Amino acid sequence: MNGFTYLANVATLQLDRETCIGCGMCVEVCPHQVFALERRKAEVRSLDNCMECGACAVNCPVSALTVDAGVGCASGLINEWLASINVRKTGSGCC
Amino acid sequence: MSYLVPPGLYAIGMPGAEAPVVVTANYKMSYDIVRSELAGRSVWLLVLETFGINVWCAAGKGTFGTDEVVRRVQATGLDSVVSHRQLLLPILGAPGVAAHAVAKRTGFRVRYATIRAQDLPAFLDNGMVATPAMRQLTFTVAERLILTPIELVSSVKWAVPFTVALVLLTGLSGLGFSLTTLLPVIVACVGTVLAGAVVAPVLLPWLPGKSFAVKGAEVGFAWAAILTWWRSEGLAWHDTMILFLAVPAVSAFLSLNFTGSTPFTSRSGVKKEMRLSLPVMAAALVVALIVWCAGRVF
Repeated sequence: MNGFTYLANVATLQLDRETCIGCGMCVEVCPHQVFALERRKAEVRSLDNCMECGACAVNCPVSALTVDAGVGCASGLINEWLASINVRKTGSGCC
Repeated sequence: MSYLVPPGLYAIGMPGAEAPVVVTANYKMSYDIVRSELAGRSVWLLVLETFGINVWCAAGKGTFGTDEVVRRVQATGLDSVVSHRQLLLPILGAPGVAAHAVAKRTGFRVRYATIRAQDLPAFLDNGMVATPAMRQLTFTVAERLILTPIELVSSVKWAVPFTVALVLLTGLSGLGFSLTTLLPVIVACVGTVLAGAVVAPVLLPWLPGKSFAVKGAEVGFAWAAILTWWRSEGLAWHDTMILFLAVPAVSAFLSLNFTGSTPFTSRSGVKKEMRLSLPVMAAALVVALIVWCAGRVF
């Protein structure tokens, strides 16, 4: 996304190129153009653009992708944390 | 007012067995936008039950998801309505839907079309091929500004009682309830909320740094500087100190919350930012409170 990058070296996205069959689904679903196909395999081009939405991992037919997916949202994380220490009942995100 | 559209299969124009099937959420705004963008065409619109939530947020929760796509395709008897076996989904629905699982369970192939509904007509005219621009997220000034009321409205809950309390304290501390003594307090409070919840989001790409908390603190410092300059005569040293501690802390917190309205912040990034910045904000507020108490005693 032009002009917007978030904190560097934090994304938990991992690609197992051995397992990858090069179907290109991750390229199609990623809204931040993190992937590219290189020699019939997917390749992570710009890890720092990853917002960990999880679309690639969900749509990978051979489970070659893993990511700790969730909403990048401070109030959602605060709610989760409050729920984990039993201050608030609902633990779901912000939107 | 209801923002839900009953889920099911809708016809736009006079679609036949060959007409494309576009899938969307049952949030009234999503439904209305898709319908108006496709006006004048003949298209099937498959509306999923997302309980009135938009595609992106519903995909995150999983309600715009594989199970619901399968359920809705079966419930509407889609396979006897259309002759082809293809569903067009919004790209931002992908976090909830496993295309290969839908294909296995229904025989329908999922194709992710575009991010925005407004690109759907061009996508259909382009032989159902998405151009790079149709896959590109944007976050323009207008798009950022339109989201700021979310934070403003939710901050009213604590900002208004806090401002009222501060006005009462100021009035009761011997200064009296006159406009000249109370107006600066109100301006400072309202301005701080606007700094973090509106100014920082709008200036987002131009504020130095990557951290939202840092960006918010920067705007907060600027606002504290403006307030100090404006009230240069009537401000005691401890009041100046409180301004430079509390205003950036509150503004930083509000900006940090704006991460939830952006389409590019990651969960790990926000976690890291919170871990580092929340203790600093809390410490700044505690010190401000101590200085305030000390200023009243001495």
